[in-house]
Amino acid sequence: MGINRRIFLKGLGMGIAGATSGGLLLPKRLMAGEGAANKEFMGVLVDTTRCVGCRSCEMACAEAHNLPVPDISDTSVFEKKRSTSERQWSVVNRFQTAKGEVFAKKQCMHCNQPGCVSACPVKAMEKRKEGPVTWDTNCMGCRYCMVSCPFDIPQFEHHSFAPKLQKCNLCWERLQKGEKPACVEACPAEALAFGTRRGLIEEANRRIYQNDGKYVPHIYGEHEAGGTGYLYLSAVPFEQIGFRTDLGTTAYPEYTKGFLYSVPVVLLLWPAFLGGISALTKRKEKISSEGGKR
Amino acid sequence: MNNTTTTDEIKSFKDLFIFLRGELKPKGKIVTPFNLISAPVIIFGAVLILYRFIMGLGAVANSSSEYPWGIWIGFIVLVGVAFAGGAYVTAFVVYVLRAEKYHSIVRMAVLNGFLAYVFYAGAILLDLGRWWNIVNPIIGNKLGVNSVLFLVAWHFLLYMIAQFIEISPAFAEWLGLKRIRKFLSSLTLGAVIIGITLSTLHQSGLGALFLMAKWKIHPLWYTEFIPLLFFVSSVFAGLSVVIFIGTISYNYHVFDKDRIDPEYRQSWDDILFDLGKACSIALFVYFFLQVLVLIHGRHWALLNTAMGYWYLTEVMGLVWIPCLLFAWGVKYRNPASIRIAAVLTMIGVIINRINYSIVAYKWYLPLQEKYLPSWMEVVITLAIVFTMIWVFRWIVNRTPILCKPPVWAMEQEREEESKEGLLALSPQLGVTLADGGKLIEQKNKVNTRTLR
Repeated sequence: MGINRRIFLKGLGMGIAGATSGGLLLPKRLMAGEGAANKEFMGVLVDTTRCVGCRSCEMACAEAHNLPVPDISDTSVFEKKRSTSERQWSVVNRFQTAKGEVFAKKQCMHCNQPGCVSACPVKAMEKRKEGPVTWDTNCMGCRYCMVSCPFDIPQFEHHSFAPKLQKCNLCWERLQKGEKPACVEACPAEALAFGTRRGLIEEANRRIYQNDGKYVPHIYGEHEAGGTGYLYLSAVPFEQIGFRTDLGTTAYPEYTKGFLYSVPVVLLLWPAFLGGISALTKRKEKISSEGGKR
Repeated sequence: MNNTTTTDEIKSFKDLFIFLRGELKPKGKIVTPFNLISAPVIIFGAVLILYRFIMGLGAVANSSSEYPWGIWIGFIVLVGVAFAGGAYVTAFVVYVLRAEKYHSIVRMAVLNGFLAYVFYAGAILLDLGRWWNIVNPIIGNKLGVNSVLFLVAWHFLLYMIAQFIEISPAFAEWLGLKRIRKFLSSLTLGAVIIGITLSTLHQSGLGALFLMAKWKIHPLWYTEFIPLLFFVSSVFAGLSVVIFIGTISYNYHVFDKDRIDPEYRQSWDDILFDLGKACSIALFVYFFLQVLVLIHGRHWALLNTAMGYWYLTEVMGLVWIPCLLFAWGVKYRNPASIRIAAVLTMIGVIINRINYSIVAYKWYLPLQEKYLPSWMEVVITLAIVFTMIWVFRWIVNRTPILCKPPVWAMEQEREEESKEGLLALSPQLGVTLADGGKLIEQKNKVNTRTLR
């Protein structure tokens, strides 16, 4: 019998379909924010030893992004540990530690390789070349970014007809105009410093070395979750001021990389394998039916 | 003969109209306990769905910033898709391995799979906050090609099409469209092969969604092998559902009597044990993988905690025990044991998927901060499941799903197959399907005849 034209075309068609859909997922396009090392991402260094808990940053943030402006004279908010919300991109929390009260600002960490960006099926989440992770309105509202964020930052307007995803965007619109993020500009205690991530790490290390014993010798965000745009210095161990210290140093997109690599392989090999089995069983039947004829 | 759906081929739109009008009439008893319960739930659920789309997600669902995904994803989508796994497994056995014996269940499994994707994967729309943007990953309003969810979304769409092609000859037979049926059934094998490939990837892909929730999922459940575990569990989840639906269809009179073929009915008693055997093996493989993962993870100290007991309940009580029950039922030809095992397996899969999305997800939160579905979420969930069952019943009562195709369709099939020198894959008249040896013999005769 041999291969007739129809079978050949069928096989060819399947091969092409497999090859093209595999091409969509070529490994080199897999990494979110690839080549992070040779780009100068901007970031913010938060020195929690300097923060006085005035919440000026919260107010500046709300004003810069048309969010409800909080009453910063109200200190009762410190009684409970707060998370960012769909109405607040940045919150300051108070912690009682061995070295007294410590205030720490919480907002998007702007990871070098963000989990949320690699999670987004429509690239509504994007890592900009300046460093910010931003959200766009082509979002479907699947909230996979919220599942994938190690810091639980993205917040969704659950009660809106056309909900938006709210999170700090490192004042991307201001960055493009050459301005600093609003919170950094508003900080009266110089607890926040804006600059290139590389420069900020140098500055943080300088502070650790020059103030013997003042800081714990660790920059939170230098390696956490593959490195983040926000960097923190602290006088007390970071778990005492509300940070997860068990995140590891692996960038989050790495966790799904293995699975995604296997996709083109399965797409190509599975149909070929199944087609082979099908051809074999058909051949067996054919032989037995020809045998029956004789 | 009860297997002719239409006496004549439909020649004009008028014929079609008259035919459809007749078919739209309800068949069977209208007042049944199931209908009395499900009808109000469906109507009420529809109202709530409308309310959800007008007032936003938060008005109906309890999903929050701590728990972005509630039971609509955790139960409807994850469990619904796992339960649809029977479609690709039986399609593989019947169309790729050409195991004639299981022809009586393949359409039922594929129809169940197709409807599961339409309704349960379709329920994603409910959960999407900005649902009108659902077309974005497809029309290319920016493609997140490095997203697992992008892959899953595309595979859902493509697999739905593949499954529709697989089941479409049944609709063509119902409408008496001979030439269209011929064309559609020529696509089956291709659709099945592509369908199995897509299923492999998105069944595991649903598990891969949780890979980035590394610190949020309890270490006993989190492993880099979640995708593999999801894939293997979809095999026995799907087959257990086939056992469940088959038992209800063939052993209880829920469908129109004319729509159940007596020979299919007879062959079912035998098929049940084969399905049980397959389930037992798949469950064993899964159990073995779980043990390997546990040993590699070195988390056994956690077994002696509340979450550890819960984990053991799942893995021992709802994987290992049904595995043994299936094996026991097969060995001693005990159908009750197989059925109980199937139900236990289904419960196990439901609990497993709920664990990943809700229970083991942020297990560290205090109880009052944990997610519990609102009553509205539950009603909508039930409404979707009931609607799917109604549609399933409607189709089974009209098209050849649990009965043989009309005579003309079987002849068409035989003709096509013998052209390639093959034994006909469609069931034949007067052949007891359970009697495998006799069948081959008869088939050979038939083929010989047609070849001359």
